[in-house]
Amino acid sequence: MPRKGAVQADDVSVDIDDEQSDSDDGTTKRRANRRQAGGGRGGGGGAKGRGRGKKAESDEEEEEDEAPKGRRGAQNKRPAKKRGGKKDDDDDDSEEEAPKNKRGGAANKRKGGKGRGGDDEDSPAEKGGKGRKGGKKGGKEEEDSKGKKGDGKGKDEKNKKKKKKDDSSSDSNSNSDEEEDSMSEGEMARLMEEVEEKKKLIANIRNKPWRMKRRLVLLREAQQFVDKFEGALGKGKGRKWYAYKVMMTKKWIKFQRDFENFRTACIPWERKIKEVESHFGSSVASYFIFLRWMYGMNLVLFGLTFGLVVMPEVLMGLPYGSIPRKTVPRAEQDTAQDYAVLMDFNGYCKYSVLFYGYYNDQRTIGLLKFRLPLAYLMVGIGTFGYSLMLVIRTMAKNADVGGGDGDEGEFTFAWKMFTSWDYLIGNAETADNKYASITTSFKESIVDEQENQKDENIHLRRFLRVLANFLITCSLGGSGYLIYFVVKRSQDFATRDDLSWYEKNELELIMSLLGLVCPPLFETIAELEDYHPRIALKWQLGRIFALFLGNLYTFLFALFDEVNTKLEEEQSIKNASIWAMKEYYANFSRLVNDSESTPPPMNPADVIRGPCWETAVGIEFVKLTVSDIQVTYLTILIGDFARAVIVRFLNYCWCWDLEAGFPSYGEFDISGNVLGLVFNQGMIWMGAFYAPGLVGINVLRLLSSMYYQCWAVMATNVPHERVFKASKSNNFYMGLLLLVLFLSLLPVVYTIMSLPPSFDCGPFSGKEKMFDVIMETIDLDLPAFMGTLFSYAANPGLIIPAVLLMVLAIYYLNSVSEAYQNSNMELKKKMQMARDEEKNRRNNTDSTNQVMKDLEDLLPNRSLAPPAPPEPEKPPEPEGKPTKTRGGAAGKGVDLQKDVSLASSNPNAREPVTRAPGARGRGQPPGGRGRGGPPPR
Amino acid sequence: MGNKQTIFTDEQLDAYQVRLHGRYHELAPHLVPMDYTTEPDCKIPLALIVNMPELKENPFRNRIVESFSEDGMGNLSFNEFVDMFSVLSETAPRELKAIYAFKIYDFNVDNFLCKEDLEKTLNRLTKEELTPEEVDLVCEKTIEEADLDGDSKLSFADFENMITRAPDFLSTFHIRI
Repeated sequence: MPRKGAVQADDVSVDIDDEQSDSDDGTTKRRANRRQAGGGRGGGGGAKGRGRGKKAESDEEEEEDEAPKGRRGAQNKRPAKKRGGKKDDDDDDSEEEAPKNKRGGAANKRKGGKGRGGDDEDSPAEKGGKGRKGGKKGGKEEEDSKGKKGDGKGKDEKNKKKKKKDDSSSDSNSNSDEEEDSMSEGEMARLMEEVEEKKKLIANIRNKPWRMKRRLVLLREAQQFVDKFEGALGKGKGRKWYAYKVMMTKKWIKFQRDFENFRTACIPWERKIKEVESHFGSSVASYFIFLRWMYGMNLVLFGLTFGLVVMPEVLMGLPYGSIPRKTVPRAEQDTAQDYAVLMDFNGYCKYSVLFYGYYNDQRTIGLLKFRLPLAYLMVGIGTFGYSLMLVIRTMAKNADVGGGDGDEGEFTFAWKMFTSWDYLIGNAETADNKYASITTSFKESIVDEQENQKDENIHLRRFLRVLANFLITCSLGGSGYLIYFVVKRSQDFATRDDLSWYEKNELELIMSLLGLVCPPLFETIAELEDYHPRIALKWQLGRIFALFLGNLYTFLFALFDEVNTKLEEEQSIKNASIWAMKEYYANFSRLVNDSESTPPPMNPADVIRGPCWETAVGIEFVKLTVSDIQVTYLTILIGDFARAVIVRFLNYCWCWDLEAGFPSYGEFDISGNVLGLVFNQGMIWMGAFYAPGLVGINVLRLLSSMYYQCWAVMATNVPHERVFKASKSNNFYMGLLLLVLFLSLLPVVYTIMSLPPSFDCGPFSGKEKMFDVIMETIDLDLPAFMGTLFSYAANPGLIIPAVLLMVLAIYYLNSVSEAYQNSNMELKKKMQMARDEEKNRRNNTDSTNQVMKDLEDLLPNRSLAPPAPPEPEKPPEPEGKPTKTRGGAAGKGVDLQKDVSLASSNPNAREPVTRAPGARGRGQPPGGRGRGGPPPR
Repeated sequence: MGNKQTIFTDEQLDAYQVRLHGRYHELAPHLVPMDYTTEPDCKIPLALIVNMPELKENPFRNRIVESFSEDGMGNLSFNEFVDMFSVLSETAPRELKAIYAFKIYDFNVDNFLCKEDLEKTLNRLTKEELTPEEVDLVCEKTIEEADLDGDSKLSFADFENMITRAPDFLSTFHIRI
């Protein structure tokens, strides 16, 4: 390759030129360092030297080349052996840079524009030196020739790219390529290292606290360098791929962000809730979050019940009117469609899929041989199983998040102050919400803080609390007795026919009334106690819970009374009908001589039937749920909306200020609503077994109340007087829910296990006990050994050890968790202590520092180093600029400074103890203090 | 942050610049020539910049612009403009953001966040909805929490110490353009 040889020769000359110019700069050290192998580095130098002719350009390049060098040195914290001198240079450089920067930045920015121009300008110089034609062309040719060398492919790839890109790099590249032949091993390694460093610089450029201009300059420069030499090292093939990868990473990040947004958008009602939260605080929002959670759970329950029980029965079961249990009895048929009857869930409602009684006891239905009775029982149990699992899982997860009651540790206010505004907000409405939410959250924290600072007469408060509890217990007892009394009375009423509307609905009315009156009463009494609102809310919840619990259980006992009377009634009817059947069959077989059962030719509507207590219970629950919905909605409409309207509009013509004075606007009643929700759910759990349709009703209710209450809150309520932060987890609510779940589990399990099902309605009719369905399945559908297996498993000898084992496991896990908790507390305490200590130390830092300085002055050599840096570093802030720019070395510099200041204060902490306090302080004699800097140096 | 791939390719860099300059140009078409390659020496006054949709709703918009302008009056050259969005970009390092955050909150430019600064900050954050006593309490608490050297104002060291532990500082101190 004759051409090549020529070029190399040229290169040498350029090289020399380069050397000279460099030495002018007084950076020979670096140069020497760089160019171990004579011609090797020439290319780079050539690229530089070439520019020498044109001062501006060359200056620029020099500067670019050098500045980063030094920076790199600083960056790597390499105790600049060879570059030590260079560092100082560099400082100068960077200072010089400031003015020059503009130019540099400009040149660099305009890759296409001036950069190219520069190249063109370069090329003549080159021509003169090398006798080559033009930068561009030469570059291409060079690259071609390079292509013939070892790693052809990568080069080619690069080649293409280069052509696309600006020529300056390709130009210099060409030069560098030429030397490949003469590059020695060490040269390669060193170059590689440098390229790596540059790459690192490129990668980290964003992390450098420099002004943009400077950054651009450095970036350009480093990139060019990498472009130049990466190829030379044969590592350039990945360049394009790398760019592609980077681009894909970017795309991927963007996609992830979009996906995240999408997911947030998919969370139902998130925006609504956030809006409520921003105006009413997290405590109110916690109710809505709870409501949403509840809705999710109920959807699953709904899916289970409807998918496995209701739909199969509707699709595959016998149609309405085919058998007695699916037909309205003759006596009721006239009124079966009346509105009032339907609203009482009698008539057609009673004989529909909504209730237990409608389901047939066929073992399998339809083509699929769907075992409906089994499915019915399983879904009943599964509902509880799933709910339990979900509640417990959620509780565990919440506990994980940190059940801490809102104390976030050290920087509550500071963080709120400095990080709560989201700079991304660019929408006026969002901004308003954000203002509101920030204000709210500040108020929450202020309440907490005030609570912490409060200290009063503890005896008085104790007395008041006891008194309040006493009063509340009294009213709880009273309401419990009242309910019991009403239930008894309603049993009397049940036997009579001439009932007024009031008497018919007495029970519901009284319960609703209690629900209306008691909570405000409790709240008023709770004022005496003067708790933090968050804790007060928990007490309030607990008390109302007790109230409702009383209600619930008296209701249940009444229900059981009813069930028992129904059972007796049923027994007699059953006997009678069996007797009648026998009679009929006797007659029939005598007449026709056919002992096979041909059912009596009777319209299903005329068949005598039992009372079907399960359906009665189901109806009771559905009625209760519906009346609860009505009462809740009406309360909101009247108690909140009407009140708000009146207050708002009558205010213009009233003798006192309605808005600020007596009625004012309503506050959102968190405790009442939460408990309403919890107990409603209890009703659903209990009733779902007897009325599969109940779950559907509940889903509708939750859905509508989400919208309705959100609207009501935003439209008619005002935030609480003391907005308080909800505890981070909803675990208190969940705990209540768990309790209710457990309580509602009991009666259902009791009925399943011990009460005989009705003989003529429901999927279990004809069985002794409901769970016989399982036995039947095991016997008939599973292989025989399974039956024996189950019988073994049901053996008390196996169950008791199993229970024992579980108890032991619980005990063990419990103690383990307790131990963890303890160590956690311990750690927290330690952290707190460490923090306090640090704070104290820093508080004294000024005085102790002087002691330290004194001490340092005593030690001859080390004295200056630490204290000096902090002083000059501090000022940078004024226009902020200098710090960053100045520390070309300062990228690290900031950190360094921090380290130093830390380091200097640390030892102090130990010092003051040994020293008499008197000696330090500002009053220190000047000599002792020394401020020291100058002399030792 | 360190291991994130943050390299620009030239094309990308240019694309960003062109885009950004487009934005810059839009702000004041009569002041800024379309062609930025000639490096015009022009500055856009604060009043125009704070009207960008990205800044319009920000309670600290004036402070942001002021702290990025070299003259302190809020006039931004293109480079400073780029600087601003680079610092506020997602990938800027925490320390860098902390420095500028400090400058933004330092209303009276004395290199300390004193109570006066905090009050201003708070009032902007809450649209002056809090009572003076509450403001007072909050400011005192803030200083008490973050002030490590006991001079009842926050130096940058205090501020940095506090802000680097804040969980959502990075996500909130961030503007997408």
